[in-house]
Amino acid sequence: MASIPAEGFDVHDHAHDHDHDHKPAFFARWFMSTNHKDIGTMYLIFAIFAGLIGGAVSGMMRAELAQPGIQYLGMFAQFLGEKNPSFDQQLHLWNVLITAHGLIMVFFMVMPAIIGGFGNWFVPLMIGAPDMAFPRMNNVSFWLTFVGFCSLMLSAIFPGGVGNGAGTGWTVYAPLSTSGSVGPAVDFAIFSLHLAGAGSILGAVNFITTIFNMRAPGMTLHKMPLFVWSVLVTAFLLLLSLPVLAAAITMLLTDRNFGTTFFDPAGGGDPILYQHLFWFFGHPEVYIMILPGFGIISQIISTFSKKPVFGYLGMAYAMVAIGVVGFIVWAHHMYTTGLDVNTKMYFTAATMVIAVPTGIKIFSWIATMWGGSIEFKSPMVWAIGFIFLFTMGGVTGVVLANGGIDDNLQDTYYVVGHFHYVLSLGAVTSLFAGFYYWFPKMSGRMHSELLSHIQFWVFFVGVNMIFFPMHFLGVQGMPRRYPDYAPAFEHWNKIASDGYMVMAASIVIFLINIAYAFTAGRKAEGNYWGEGATTLEWTLSSPPPFHQFETLPVIDDAAHH
Amino acid sequence: MSLADTARLAGNAIRTLGLAAALSFAPAAMAAPAAAPAPAVAASAAPAAADAAAPTAEKAAPAPAGDYVPMKPTAGKGMPVDGGMTFQDQYSPTGQQALAMHDYILFPVIVAITILVLVLLLVVMARFNRRANPVASKTSHNTLIEVIWTLVPVLILVVIAVPSIRLLAQQYKPAPKGALTVKVTGYQWYWGYTYPDNGGFEVISNMLPDEEALKRGEPPQLAADARMVVPVGEPIRLQTTGADVIHSFAVPSLWFKLDAVPGRINEKVLFIKEPGVYYGQCSELCGVRHGYMPIVVEALPRPKFEAWVKAQGGTVGAAAAAPAAAPAAAAAPAAATPAAAAAPAAPAADASAAPAA
Repeated sequence: MASIPAEGFDVHDHAHDHDHDHKPAFFARWFMSTNHKDIGTMYLIFAIFAGLIGGAVSGMMRAELAQPGIQYLGMFAQFLGEKNPSFDQQLHLWNVLITAHGLIMVFFMVMPAIIGGFGNWFVPLMIGAPDMAFPRMNNVSFWLTFVGFCSLMLSAIFPGGVGNGAGTGWTVYAPLSTSGSVGPAVDFAIFSLHLAGAGSILGAVNFITTIFNMRAPGMTLHKMPLFVWSVLVTAFLLLLSLPVLAAAITMLLTDRNFGTTFFDPAGGGDPILYQHLFWFFGHPEVYIMILPGFGIISQIISTFSKKPVFGYLGMAYAMVAIGVVGFIVWAHHMYTTGLDVNTKMYFTAATMVIAVPTGIKIFSWIATMWGGSIEFKSPMVWAIGFIFLFTMGGVTGVVLANGGIDDNLQDTYYVVGHFHYVLSLGAVTSLFAGFYYWFPKMSGRMHSELLSHIQFWVFFVGVNMIFFPMHFLGVQGMPRRYPDYAPAFEHWNKIASDGYMVMAASIVIFLINIAYAFTAGRKAEGNYWGEGATTLEWTLSSPPPFHQFETLPVIDDAAHH
Repeated sequence: MSLADTARLAGNAIRTLGLAAALSFAPAAMAAPAAAPAPAVAASAAPAAADAAAPTAEKAAPAPAGDYVPMKPTAGKGMPVDGGMTFQDQYSPTGQQALAMHDYILFPVIVAITILVLVLLLVVMARFNRRANPVASKTSHNTLIEVIWTLVPVLILVVIAVPSIRLLAQQYKPAPKGALTVKVTGYQWYWGYTYPDNGGFEVISNMLPDEEALKRGEPPQLAADARMVVPVGEPIRLQTTGADVIHSFAVPSLWFKLDAVPGRINEKVLFIKEPGVYYGQCSELCGVRHGYMPIVVEALPRPKFEAWVKAQGGTVGAAAAAPAAAPAAAAAPAAATPAAAAAPAAPAADASAAPAA
């Protein structure tokens, strides 16, 4: 990690003696923002808001799945404006819910929070830059994402088949999404992905430029904090994968509206081509969601162990390796589509390779703690929870990597359990860890450590209750995306639905904690975590001045990780 | 007549035996791989008996139309069990192989890794907290240990990859020449089963309402009004295609899942070792009633299967010589698969007759 020489610059002087801390008026500040910290804040607020909606949708799904039969879908459909929903309309609503949950959580919760929020806030701070390289473009990224979300919400009130809304699944597979879904809802959903994707591409360009060109003197690539490394790798993944998604969904749009037949066999097209294109984006996408989380966890583990990260170079290049290999494993999402045997063998072997750099990361985190003097502050507790939960999600990935085993698990709840362990319990846990790590830095107010710890344990119990039983359901053969199931599956579904209530309680505690911080929270010092926190953001006040590092910090040559 | 009866009796006896074996092992789900040898014996005997009987049945028993009665499912066989936590028992050779690989290689490995990480975390938390270790070390490199935790996972993965690749090769073994072909078509929202070798009739299979399923002693949500009936103990060339959108033909207890994609035909061998009823469900989101198009596969000894074909208005006549003889011949190449190992028990005469057909 980079460290600041003891006699380093004095931030507070710069922060207060000029009028550059003068903030623009409300509209100019929040709607025409060019300040990376304000944009980061907007991303975080947006992500929390979207996450609450996506979480509410999963609550509707868990309610319906608590017992066999259809109990609540009719009620939900009426609530959403359908007067007398037919059985098929109720079932369509189910497909709309699974689609909305997936799209919201991936594109409008995890990505905005982890890249848009924490990335925007802390990449410039950690590399000692005054702002992002393209501040105006940064603002465009945010508003594209926001409008994309509006487009997705709008899709819910337009017809998309027998009922309103897009019921295609977040993967939007053709031909269900083309000839299989009549009405503008799917067009709105696709357009929403276009907008969010464009926003992310601009964001990626911005991060790459910022990290390559705006590092403070002495901040070499090999001295960058691992969070910055993780965002750099993520930005490359975004830049290379999102255009492929954009192409694929544009072809969907023209297939739907302009008579092309890219994915229609009747005109020489192929539905499987869409899946290849989608997953060429889709697999790097899962690393886009988790890599910045890896970075956050590295910072936290190092801070609270009061030790530099163990095997820094290995950690950085493990992320690069994960990013590279992540591009050549996509067809493991398509094992049952009729792949050639050699193709399947290749993707089996390539997929398992990813376990190696991931293992390096897990062991390096533990080695960082080894010999440390660990303080169990709330971010650290979340980070340790992350390591364990992510490991559990990772090992089921090794099972699924085997094409011959996956034949029985593909599209079952085992897969749902697996990817929620790496995302809901992995990426989201890292988000909470990062939130408690940096919230006082961003807001200037301390949260309640007690509430954070309670939230962790409630969340930990809740998510495990929801997702662990899904492995049992999966091996027993329960397919995913089903609103109804055989009575044999009731036992574990009931427990999962109960677990949702526990998890929801933890989110309430989270919101109370934020409210507490803003009303009764202590004022946060510049470095409230003490000696272990060595990266540049801790040299600034909390919250940092509106513009920071107008005099660039100089990174000590002797600094050593 | 008497021969056909004997064959049927034998078939029944074998089925009972098979069921008994399955039942006795059912409670110990983890023991499923261990159960493999027992059903294997039963299954290998079945085609032999069936083949011996087939030609006679042709002449002696005039198409017993309406003879077919849907088989009653056995509780816990070919279907999920209440609160189950393990894979369903497997009734196909590749399924048993895959299950063994999961239970004896993958599962122990992932449990061991998870426990290792958990233990390391607990040790670290106990030994290196602020109270136990007030002064942190500054160690940040150790090349040896980094090399170890890179190479050991590589070795573990190689150990996994070898059987995994072998399993894939088994699963992709093409169906022998002359194997029965069944074409599965996914429609929104039901299944069609076409038998091109038997006159090309198509059976349309819709889900049964829950009350009707319960009345027939079948699991709700999984039962269908018509089943995909196939002969037991011989390789079947299963082809899938989609009529409108992508569906997926999946039967968990046979370790079988193959997408039904419009505009293409996917093909894979299905081999069922025991007579029985095996349930599955559509496994690719296909629209509104995706959750309501179950799959029911009924595996019968060949004479019974042929009786069913005739009851459907299909033929086993002109083509009969080929399909009847071919499976035996077919069994020989398939003998490489562990489960079909007993298949060469099929009469040598039939095998030699095959090239003529």
